[in-house]
Amino acid sequence: MNATLQATLEFLKLYWAPLLCGVAVVAILPLIVGYIVLVERKIMADMQARLGPMRVGPHGLLQPIADAVKLLIKEDIIPEHADKLVFWLAPVLSVGAGLLSLAGLAIGPAFQIAQDINIGILFVVGISALGIFGIVLGGWASNSHYSLMGALRSSAQLVSYETAAGMALVSALLFTGTLNVKSIVEAQSKEGIWFVLLAPVAFFTYLVASIAETNRAPFDLPEAESELVAGYMTEFSGFRWSLYFLAEYTNMIVVASVATTLFLGGWLRPFAGVSWLNFLDFVPPLVLIAIGAYCVLRVTKQPTRVQQLFMLAVAGLCFVVALVLAAPVVLPVIKPSLREAVAPFYAGIHGGFWFIFKVSLYIYFFMWLRFTIPRYRFDQLMRLGWHFLIPLSIINVLLVGVALIAGAYFQLHGWGLLLVTTPAAILALVAAFLILAIEKQHDARQEQTAPSDFYAG
Amino acid sequence: MLDKVLFYFFAGIAVASAALMVTRRNVVHSAIFLITALLATAGIFLQLRAEFLFIVQIILYVGGIMVLFVFVIMLVNLDVALQQMQFARQKWVALIVALALAGQVGVMFWTSGKMPGQGLPVLTAVAANRLPLNSEAVAKSLFDSYLLPFEIASVLLLVAMIGAVVMAKKRA
Repeated sequence: MNATLQATLEFLKLYWAPLLCGVAVVAILPLIVGYIVLVERKIMADMQARLGPMRVGPHGLLQPIADAVKLLIKEDIIPEHADKLVFWLAPVLSVGAGLLSLAGLAIGPAFQIAQDINIGILFVVGISALGIFGIVLGGWASNSHYSLMGALRSSAQLVSYETAAGMALVSALLFTGTLNVKSIVEAQSKEGIWFVLLAPVAFFTYLVASIAETNRAPFDLPEAESELVAGYMTEFSGFRWSLYFLAEYTNMIVVASVATTLFLGGWLRPFAGVSWLNFLDFVPPLVLIAIGAYCVLRVTKQPTRVQQLFMLAVAGLCFVVALVLAAPVVLPVIKPSLREAVAPFYAGIHGGFWFIFKVSLYIYFFMWLRFTIPRYRFDQLMRLGWHFLIPLSIINVLLVGVALIAGAYFQLHGWGLLLVTTPAAILALVAAFLILAIEKQHDARQEQTAPSDFYAG
Repeated sequence: MLDKVLFYFFAGIAVASAALMVTRRNVVHSAIFLITALLATAGIFLQLRAEFLFIVQIILYVGGIMVLFVFVIMLVNLDVALQQMQFARQKWVALIVALALAGQVGVMFWTSGKMPGQGLPVLTAVAANRLPLNSEAVAKSLFDSYLLPFEIASVLLLVAMIGAVVMAKKRA
């Protein structure tokens, strides 16, 4: 018994930090997701020239809390002939896979739950792909045709687009020669250039494939409400439904983080290696202070006392974050001897800020696309995947490989690599237009011979 | 200590879900138990510090092949399938083959360590931080030591893939 206790203590001593971080992520993530949903509704409202949620809190800032309470106390309905166990398991599986894959991500050089795993980025991609089982099994277990159709579409979509996404990841990984998340970002810092510039075609492929993999519009066919009610989620209500929602947004965060790590320089500030641009470190705290000041100015315009208090709280939050961001850059200016002492804090805090900022931009782009482009038809989606993205990504891997060999031959580094990768990207673009032209020719021939039947594909 | 606990945990799950996989009547339940068996095997790979095998097992078998399995299972009509005779009737052949296999494994265990060069090789434990990096080691053995077999296997897979496409293509 004593030995077991000792082993447990030893285990806790080694792993207390990752365990604590894991618990923190599980606890905080639903709140973050709630606010991402609010932001999404606000952006949607803005793009459609209306106000969006305004009632709960100032500018609807308390809406996520109200929504969460509503979802928690809703009646939990299980359809009559549903497979109870699988019905229970499916949403949990979806969320579990999303949360587990977060463990491999490095949010800044200081925050990573599973540190320095050798397979790094593969772990994140592989585990998050398991979430599909939650969708497929949930659709099957609800014993409804709409759900089953949604589940089938979802699995077909994932299998089709995973190849393209994987090939895009390969093209970026060719530059690093490692799978370790931290080393990938360090490679970009060493080259002084983000891989999005070196492999733009791969970034585009990953962007499209990641939208399809997270079932977001314009590729949200598994839950297309005009055809399938709500797809695989049709029979789910209350808390189970909110778990699916949580899983979808967690997956969005995961794909955005993977794209940020591989293509957008991870936690690096724009132009991190250029020393005369170091004043950029002062921009984030200043912007936050400006936002906080604006909130304070707006306090008097709020109609009720609660709303005024809440507005002040938002301003306070902005000031606190600005202070945390400003401290490591302002202290060395005041007292140069402190530079060494605050260096790790500077790296951790500012790294985390830039990482989260880039992830937010990527997610904003997702939302922008969602409200701009109409939904694809299922055969169009499949054709885009199999006839366009997969050939393009394979050609791109070949071209990037050739460009890298040429770069090694001419001993190019950093921005010099652009000399060989830009022609490769242009060639890939030419290939893309060729593929499109072939498709068009094929279509023209098909139309002559047979009447269109778009369910046949 | 922790290693042992983890090994028995994963091994237990793998064996139990494999047994459940063949005994369930519902095909989707069988598929779920096959998934857990594969995941538990991946866990054993991880516990052996073969991270690359772990993730390849998850990405290829669980994330790729099993998704297709479940997809196909949902396409076929389960109600009809349930009424048909599901289990193979070669019980005795299966029993003999299984016993032979178990005997073989037993002999391996029995002879290991008794005579040099016989049975299972006894490996010495190495500290985790002195192991070569796993994906690098796999890459080196695949593309350096065993390049030719690897390429032959790739060509074989390519031939199978082209064959599948040709077979599935509609005759115009």
